Amino acid sequence: MSTLTATRPAGRVLMHARGIVLPVAVLIVLALVPKLAVDIPYVFKDTLNTPGTLQLLALCLVFGGLAMTYDLLFGYTGLLSFGHALYFAVGVYLVAIALTKWHWSFAEGLLFAAAVGIVLPLLLGAVSLRVGGIAFAMVTLAFAQAGSILAFKNPWGWTGGEEGFGTDYTKLPAAFVGIFNTKNLYWLALGYAAVVFAIVRWAVGSSPGRVWQAIRENELRVQVLGLRPYGYKLLVFVLASFLATAGGVVYLLLQTGPTTEVTTANFTLTLLVMVVIGGTGTRWGAFVGGVLYTWANQRLGDASGSHAVESLPSVLRTPLQQPLFVLGVIFILVVFFAPGGLARLGRIGKALRS
Amino acid sequence: MSLLSVRDLHVHLGESHVLQGIEFDVPEGGVTALLGRNGVGKTTTLRALMGLVDRRGSITLAGDEISATPTHRIVRRGVGYVPEDRDVFAGLTVEENLRLAERNGDARYDLVYDLFPELRERGRQLAGTLSGGQQQMVAIARALLNDNRVLLVDEPTKGLAPALVTQVADALARASELTTVLLVEQNLGVVQRVARDAVVLDTGRIVHIGPARELLASEEMVHRMLGVGHAGDRP
Amino acid sequence: MSTLLLLTITGVGLGALYFLIASGLSLIYGLMGVLNFAHGAFLTVGAFGMWYAESKLGGLGVLPRFLVASLVGLVVGGVFAALVELVLIRPLYRRHIEQVLVTVGLGLATTALVVAIWGNDARPIAYPGWLGRTTTVAGAHVPNDRWLLIAAAVVVLVALTTFLKRTRYGLIIRAGVENRAMVTALGIDVRKAFTLVFAIGGVAAALAGILGNVYFTTADPNRGTSLLIFAFIVVVIGGLGSLRGTAVAAVVVGLVQQYANYYASTGLGDLSVVLLLGLVLLARPRGLSGAFA
Repeated sequence: MSTLTATRPAGRVLMHARGIVLPVAVLIVLALVPKLAVDIPYVFKDTLNTPGTLQLLALCLVFGGLAMTYDLLFGYTGLLSFGHALYFAVGVYLVAIALTKWHWSFAEGLLFAAAVGIVLPLLLGAVSLRVGGIAFAMVTLAFAQAGSILAFKNPWGWTGGEEGFGTDYTKLPAAFVGIFNTKNLYWLALGYAAVVFAIVRWAVGSSPGRVWQAIRENELRVQVLGLRPYGYKLLVFVLASFLATAGGVVYLLLQTGPTTEVTTANFTLTLLVMVVIGGTGTRWGAFVGGVLYTWANQRLGDASGSHAVESLPSVLRTPLQQPLFVLGVIFILVVFFAPGGLARLGRIGKALRS
Repeated sequence: MSLLSVRDLHVHLGESHVLQGIEFDVPEGGVTALLGRNGVGKTTTLRALMGLVDRRGSITLAGDEISATPTHRIVRRGVGYVPEDRDVFAGLTVEENLRLAERNGDARYDLVYDLFPELRERGRQLAGTLSGGQQQMVAIARALLNDNRVLLVDEPTKGLAPALVTQVADALARASELTTVLLVEQNLGVVQRVARDAVVLDTGRIVHIGPARELLASEEMVHRMLGVGHAGDRP
Repeated sequence: MSTLLLLTITGVGLGALYFLIASGLSLIYGLMGVLNFAHGAFLTVGAFGMWYAESKLGGLGVLPRFLVASLVGLVVGGVFAALVELVLIRPLYRRHIEQVLVTVGLGLATTALVVAIWGNDARPIAYPGWLGRTTTVAGAHVPNDRWLLIAAAVVVLVALTTFLKRTRYGLIIRAGVENRAMVTALGIDVRKAFTLVFAIGGVAAALAGILGNVYFTTADPNRGTSLLIFAFIVVVIGGLGSLRGTAVAAVVVGLVQQYANYYASTGLGDLSVVLLLGLVLLARPRGLSGAFA
């Protein structure tokens, strides 16, 4: 009896330690990437420590983090939002506008974006969460569409319309400007992904996190237990949106300036694609999905101009030139043949080995 | 040989194991009553026979296995269904509700209008505007319109005024002369009048099979298995 | 006055375009519970089917070429939609989230494929000269394509209503929107009706694509996606599964958009429509979520 009580907490600590060891190990390896002059043929065009590769990897990490924030809503709470792009775009546009059009300092711009990144989802979430299911999806889509229309219409010349505009880089911290500082941007993106990972793990393990998952399984039963799902849903909506806004700021630093692409409904749909390909509501699924999607999107685009693809017959070559076609098809195949995504496949593989 | 034969039938709804390996037979002809307290799985049993819920085990209709057959094919083999809560199409007229149920050219409108003359008069009325009793008539009429081998009827007298209960019981008695009926019914008076055999279900298991008359004659058995003190209201 | 009339007719014409897309969306959702994100792809496929056929029919006069090419577009749209239902939606029967996800992937992939084959640029369309001219009504010079849009939508509305009221499949669809399970419990294979509503929705969306080609004078691979969002809004405002509600909502959305764009400021039209949706959902959240359940 005494041995049982003694081993159980120890076992849990061990489990806990394993839950931390792997992410930390991954983090350390990823942090060392800018120091590695390693060439990985086919996967990357140049060696790992070149600015081009680091830029792509940083983009992968930002979208890996962003996909995790979307997974908080869709994978963990069962909220199918079609408007997540809006909160990402808040981070991208507001900082750029504050610095470039209003000539604020970088710190002021950050504070402003952070404030809006909390207040806006609080307001819009309070409204859209009054309805559920498909209606919620539609309302979130509509609000995001309003944001997208604003970005396209270029009010007071702030958003630059369809083309967007270039951020005033003199206002940015010097460490994040210029091609020689790409490694700093990479570390920033890695930091963002790591922080999101840690917050998501902590949040879904907390007591509200368990209520989110109960809402996903059966909202009615949560109500029967005397809890109000509305408050818990609003909490996760604001958290996920705020983390997306933070991701938008990192994304802006990686780009020369904001473009309307990140405001569109299609952008949210690609987040959905990332999360489903990776596996919803799992530890690594959304992150891996986001990274792979971004990498594939970029590399397929590169490959379309390559010799290998150029020499293909046009029936094959033409569709391969559109990454979104390839990714859309992969997405459908995953839904059909690998429900649960890559994370589920990994688990099946592990079960087969043991 | 029995017309309908159920062996080791299991149904899971969400996390609850609603039917836990039930077994019973419905002999050809007459009414077999499926009885039990509320929530023991009677409706689920009928829905499982209809293929409306995922089920495991064996169900044979006249010797043919139908436990993996989709609902519409089960119906076309001659199974009529009168669901709990009637499920008439509220936005369709009475006539349209009946027309939808026609499976071939020789629908028995004469029989249906003979049993429920009101339906002929209200043919153009929207079914959603009918009273509960009239909706029940539509639901029963839909099942009687075709020449079925067996009818599965789920609590047809629930919530009806006494006069309507009698009319529905008459219809059931008439139906049982034409076809086999498996009847779920809380009104033991109706059971006593029409049923020959009784199957009693309790929390997902069969607890009694025997002649209906024998079961209802024993106050102790009725009390123990159906949770009521006496044989209910007699119509 | 003549400006108001022109705005009104243009708004109704735009509403007609929305209705053609939204009617299929609404029927599909009502019957099957699937929000079809591939509906914009049906429009694109129809529009490019028409453009492609037109570019290959050089020998004919403008009018016969236009008519034959339109017919090709309609058939291509309908067949494509029916195949989508049979191959991609049907195997996922009863798994609604997966069905929606598949339509999302299909919508993205189809647009990308059209761009891959014909490029991202809008392709000019040839159409009979009458459509490019105007008719003067009470002092307003109304472009003739508006009449075509409105007439087409009215024909589709009447045809669909008649079909739903008078035919056995119409009966099955109306009953299925109310209670799918009970329809199968009457011995009806409701899946045939699923393929049928997809085909109908595909033809109507393809018609919207063809008329969109005329209205905007080009075939544009990205038009499906942008119109789809407004069609969603129309469907939600109109109440899913209700054809009449969809028709009314489509006209309201078209008019609000036109009026706001002219009387307030360009671009405010789209925003007003979004605002309208927010108001409707706030006013009757329960009613609408009831319709969604």
